[in-house]
Amino acid sequence: MEHTELLIDYSRAQFALTALYHWIFVPLTLGLTFIIAIMETIYVKTLDEKWKQITKYWMGLLAINFAIGLATGIIMEFEFGTNWSNYSWIVGDIFGAPLAIEGLMAFFMESTFFAVMFFGWNKVSKKAHLTSTWLVAIGSNLSALWILIANGWMQHPVGMKFNPDSARNEMENFTEVIFNPNAVAKFLHTISSGYVLASLFVISISAWYLLKKRDVAFAKKSIVVAASFGLITSMMMLTTGDESAHQDALNQPMKLAAMEGLYRGENRAGIVAFGILENDKEVGDTKDPFKFMFEIPGALSFLGYHDINAFVPGIDDLVLGNKKHNILSVKEKMVIGKQAVKALGDYKKYKKEGNTLAMDKALKTFRATSYLMGYGYLKDPKDAVPDVALTFYSFHIMVAAGSWFLVLFMLILYYSMKNELTKKKWLLRLGLFTLPLGYAAQECGWIVAEVGRQPWAIQDLLPVGMATSNVATTSVMITFWLFAVLFTALLVAEVKIMLKQISIGPEGH
Amino acid sequence: MFELLTLQEYWWLLVSIIGAMFVFMTFVQGGQTLLYTLAKTEDERDVLVNSLGRKWELTFTSLVMFGGALFAAFPLFYAVSFGGAYYVWMAILFCFIIQAVAYEYRKKPDNFYGQRFYEILLYINGTLGIFLIGVALATLFSGGNFYVNDMHLSRWATQSYGLEALLNPFNLAFGAMLVFLARAQAALYFLNNVDEKSIRSRIKKVICTNFTPFLVLFLYVFGTILFQDGYVYDTDTLVVSVESMKFLHTFLANPLLLVIILAGVVSLLYGVYLGAIKGKINAIRWSGTGTILAVTVLLFILGIHNSIYYPSLVDMQSSLSIVNSSGSLYTLKVMSVVSLLVPVVLGYIIYIWRSMDATQITIDEVKSDSHHY
Repeated sequence: MEHTELLIDYSRAQFALTALYHWIFVPLTLGLTFIIAIMETIYVKTLDEKWKQITKYWMGLLAINFAIGLATGIIMEFEFGTNWSNYSWIVGDIFGAPLAIEGLMAFFMESTFFAVMFFGWNKVSKKAHLTSTWLVAIGSNLSALWILIANGWMQHPVGMKFNPDSARNEMENFTEVIFNPNAVAKFLHTISSGYVLASLFVISISAWYLLKKRDVAFAKKSIVVAASFGLITSMMMLTTGDESAHQDALNQPMKLAAMEGLYRGENRAGIVAFGILENDKEVGDTKDPFKFMFEIPGALSFLGYHDINAFVPGIDDLVLGNKKHNILSVKEKMVIGKQAVKALGDYKKYKKEGNTLAMDKALKTFRATSYLMGYGYLKDPKDAVPDVALTFYSFHIMVAAGSWFLVLFMLILYYSMKNELTKKKWLLRLGLFTLPLGYAAQECGWIVAEVGRQPWAIQDLLPVGMATSNVATTSVMITFWLFAVLFTALLVAEVKIMLKQISIGPEGH
Repeated sequence: MFELLTLQEYWWLLVSIIGAMFVFMTFVQGGQTLLYTLAKTEDERDVLVNSLGRKWELTFTSLVMFGGALFAAFPLFYAVSFGGAYYVWMAILFCFIIQAVAYEYRKKPDNFYGQRFYEILLYINGTLGIFLIGVALATLFSGGNFYVNDMHLSRWATQSYGLEALLNPFNLAFGAMLVFLARAQAALYFLNNVDEKSIRSRIKKVICTNFTPFLVLFLYVFGTILFQDGYVYDTDTLVVSVESMKFLHTFLANPLLLVIILAGVVSLLYGVYLGAIKGKINAIRWSGTGTILAVTVLLFILGIHNSIYYPSLVDMQSSLSIVNSSGSLYTLKVMSVVSLLVPVVLGYIIYIWRSMDATQITIDEVKSDSHHY
């Protein structure tokens, strides 16, 4: 079943829209729940009512954020069915399990203890309440674990085998799916980025209070907790980011090449510290991909393969092939992929006819070629290349921002310890205005992960063009715009309410 | 150890139970439609919203779980129905997004659209949202217009993508039935959860005015199910054919199921009697248990006894049964191990809510609580 480009684009756009909106709210929930749990722990240990007030204040802001994250989350789950119907069948046997486990293990935990956290102050003991708060944090992070196991599997499919009779991939090893190195790296990197964002959120609001010289004691306490949490977790974020890049090098070399705008592969490949891409660069031409760039030599080889001299294939190598490094061209992969698609069709046909001999032969061919089956659906070798500019810039914004956050946390902690933070207006302003950058970095991270792996819904096995539902393009266009309007309308309300609550402040001014 | 069919039936049972629990939990949605019926003052309305507001996420999560379990255990249904009856499911999703924010934003200063707006969102979720879910569930009995090819890829036959289900009186009755049930259960829930005399004085009437149409619709729906033609598959060839009064035969072949569903109905009726006539606050325990039992059986019979649970109206052989639409043996085994967590999850939910609901909610409590909706 072939789909039109427009249908594929709108299906992707709708999913991207939902995911990007969803991701405005989720990282804050992931991190803020832990920050709140830490604050409440201090309260329970010290019995200082001020810490209770601080805890409750941040909880109030969490509630405003939480609901809309939940709402956009349910859409994503159902969109796998509504917009990616073929996908749901072809990989549902593996992909559905983590989603169901997420619901059972995480969502119920989150929603049950969320109610205790908000309404249980006078109904359960202090310790039971604190436990509930921690369970909300653990629950929301468990939910991230399962959905990222599912996402990691899309990036690096493991633990399954294609069943030609049911025409789908079936799970063979659940342990491999769970401990998929791509999923582990992705999970750790994603949650730590959430912790960093939540730290920036608390810092930003606290810095605003300090600049306004109001709620000073509250803001100083909050900012220290947030900066400490942010410092530890941003180190975790940088380490896991390194592992993510390593995983990309091993399993998604095209994504790594796009992230760095690397067309011609090389040994001792460098990382572009800063660069502007040439607009009309094409695969295989001799043009320099950059108008301007500043490079750190050997860093990409090291990042990707943990070896400063390693060869990093570029987009040209991956599309046109590189015999020296045993890289097949996309054209060659397409030939193999088409053999797999044909063999599957033949197998089905011969099975219907009862021709066992021919069936076995077709199956043998299929087994030998199915590892590149997805390439059989591509029309042009260039289709195997993602949007390089979008991937490159998103990656570099994310990395630059992530590095800056680490510096910011250190500076804030340093001046807090010297008790000079309130005097450092410039730092408080930086703290205040870094928050939008935090959100931008979050979204960029997902753009790198998802745009960078195009055209694949499942790496090498299923291109997005084969994965969509067989619905009319107009239907998806209608729902896309409805979602866009609705999400935006809700976001406007959310931001307004949040700003109002911030201006009201912990004392209820 | 386990055969594929056993696991398929086990998972169909689990899906049925989760679906039934969701139907019970829709008292939250029912309550959202009673804010101006049961409450006459702002304080009264606030207490109702806060009473529901502590439970809405549980209902929401049950719906997500229902979808997740279907995806994991019966991925072909997920692909066929969600990707085919596109407009119906999308409309349902819209009705649920708007609920999630409404509680939190309704009373917040600077909420941009005003309190009334969020109350309208809650009303839409409670009426249209539940009605459409009812219509979608009804199509499990009445069928959909889809084709599934030999690669198991599916497409819908009509450009209305599921909205045509609204032309079938059975589907409409099913949807309306769920709306009235949700409202009646909501009244019973408020009786249990809210301690305000003024509200309580209005509850009995609301139970009666909603339960009566529910009962009429239920009799029509149940009667139709019992006596309608059903689709069955041949266990050897999987060829699908029509069998008259299929579900009646299923009940006769499994009298225990008939006993359970009747027990469920009696329990529901007793709960309503306790609430509407006696004014007992624990009435919802009876009505809730009854609802869960009855709906579980109603959904379960679709999957057993060689039945088709999602008939195709345009190509009978494309119809879905638990046998041709399920996950693989390995996945069902893994998921079955995971399902051992269900009692644990249910256990802590019940334990937590028993302690949280040990005392009834009052206007004073809502006013004094630092976090309220």
